[in-house]
Amino acid sequence: MALERLFRRRRAQGEARDIPELWTKCPKCDAQIYKKDLETNLYVCPKCSHHLRMPADRRVAMLADAGSFEEITGLKPTDPLGFVDTEPYPKRLERYQREAGRPDAIVGGRCTIGGVPSVLLVMDYAFAGGSMGSVVGEEITRGVEQAAQEGRAVVIVAVSGGARMQEAALSLMQMAKTTLALDRLWARRLPYVSILTDPTTGGVTASFAALADVILAEPGALIGFAGPRVIKQTIRQDLPEGFQRSEFLLKHGMVDQVVDRRQLKGTVAQVLKLLHPSTVNRVG
Amino acid sequence: MPLEFEKPIEELEAKIAELEGFAASSGVDLSDELQVLRERLAQLKAETFSNLSRWERVQLARAPGRPTTLDVIGSIMSDFVELSGDRTFGDDAAVVGGLARLEGQSVVVVGHQKGRDTKENIRRNFAMPHPEGYRKAMRLMDLADRFGRPFIAFIDTPGAYPGISAEERGQAWVIAQSIQRMARLRVPAIAVILGEGGSGGALAIGVGNRVLILENAWYSVISPESCAAILWRDAKEAAKAAEALKLTAPDLLSLGIVDRIIPEPDGGAHRNPAAAMAGIRQALLETLAELAHLGPEELFEDRYRRFRGLGQYQN
Repeated sequence: MALERLFRRRRAQGEARDIPELWTKCPKCDAQIYKKDLETNLYVCPKCSHHLRMPADRRVAMLADAGSFEEITGLKPTDPLGFVDTEPYPKRLERYQREAGRPDAIVGGRCTIGGVPSVLLVMDYAFAGGSMGSVVGEEITRGVEQAAQEGRAVVIVAVSGGARMQEAALSLMQMAKTTLALDRLWARRLPYVSILTDPTTGGVTASFAALADVILAEPGALIGFAGPRVIKQTIRQDLPEGFQRSEFLLKHGMVDQVVDRRQLKGTVAQVLKLLHPSTVNRVG
Repeated sequence: MPLEFEKPIEELEAKIAELEGFAASSGVDLSDELQVLRERLAQLKAETFSNLSRWERVQLARAPGRPTTLDVIGSIMSDFVELSGDRTFGDDAAVVGGLARLEGQSVVVVGHQKGRDTKENIRRNFAMPHPEGYRKAMRLMDLADRFGRPFIAFIDTPGAYPGISAEERGQAWVIAQSIQRMARLRVPAIAVILGEGGSGGALAIGVGNRVLILENAWYSVISPESCAAILWRDAKEAAKAAEALKLTAPDLLSLGIVDRIIPEPDGGAHRNPAAAMAGIRQALLETLAELAHLGPEELFEDRYRRFRGLGQYQN
């Protein structure tokens, strides 16, 4: 039972499928990939370059300079509304916490990126689809405020189905709260880079994720406001090929670059070094 | 067309009217009978309207005849000059706005606009804005800042439009920008939730120093129907979702999401719009007076603090 659930979960996350454990199959090209190879290749298929979903901890390791990361997150969610649908919210939270191995859908900390002092915040899809409730909103707000105080850049990796329904209007308010926090950063001329990954939709796209100085997207990521299912139901038409994918957003002017994950750290570091006030411009 | 829970009331009202007509035309004295029926009507109204479920309130918030943004502007403001267009793409009829006067004060006003009939509703896209609607709102925010006029926003939308064109033109981006633009206002900003406060599409013009709400309006992260479709896998469970979402004015006041409830006449604003308008006018004037002593930076910091404090978590 537990094993079956584990596999079902992994499949749902697009991380891996099929036994045996040491091998996995690319969901795009069906190539058999040795798992260790996939990990060293940053969860990008070595055959077709399809970007599989990457665990939040691996993202931290990929972006922060080695040994520099010092975690600042760890707030725990509550059940402010006493929300019950097919099961009580606290029950769901327990399960998500067990599955993701963290209290809520975000991990973040102080670090350097390409030597630039930064605050790095990474959302975690393994926890409730990366949904934003009070904890995610508060952690992002605190991280941004702390960066502003300490003169750090901010890098946020977004992955989210949107605002968390079980905290209803309180989740909605996190959109305003996180957006307001960015003002503190702007006031100090500190750079903020947003990285949109598969999927980023709803209230996360429509708040802090869309308001960065530089917005990068991973190839093929689903990015938008409304989810494709909702749009399909509303307009009762099939959606065009590639709709709401990173390349579509680049074409429509919504993101700065679509960047292969294997080049991501380099691009982020380059941007931070060009914009951060610690890098003084030499004249002449 | 009465709402389901209004039917017994409407039936009784019709019966009373009929008897009154009969008494007048026939000369028969029915005053005792009428007295009994009127008392029963008062009791029935009190029972129905003091025990509204959250789902029933959602229906009141959507009731035909409920005052819309333009109704409110027309009723409590004067000298309204409507301003159109986003100067980039087009004019979105789902969002209206302009310059107006409220008790001698010149203000900038914006709001979601529902239609009063099907034809108008189609033209206004059922008050579901495209990006150009939010860009129009942001233009008006610029205007309010430049001329130092208070900014008043009326919220009444099922949500921002979920469609291909809206996504192509960056729906998420403009909602985020509108939230940010409104947050940065250096003038008093007041948001009033008139009817439906559907998610980010509502919040985009909801970042006020004070957020007021009509007694039967709702405000949440998702509509009860969509929430039910996702969590119960059945949109028909909307009543359950409405309960779970705690989306009514009293719920939101206790969570600190709204600052003040504007009372509605018995049975909802659509049964006596004039009384509802008087309440909105009074609440706006009092709130403007409350904010009048704050300078531009204080207004910004006041808004920062207001939203900074929202959210519940454990250390």
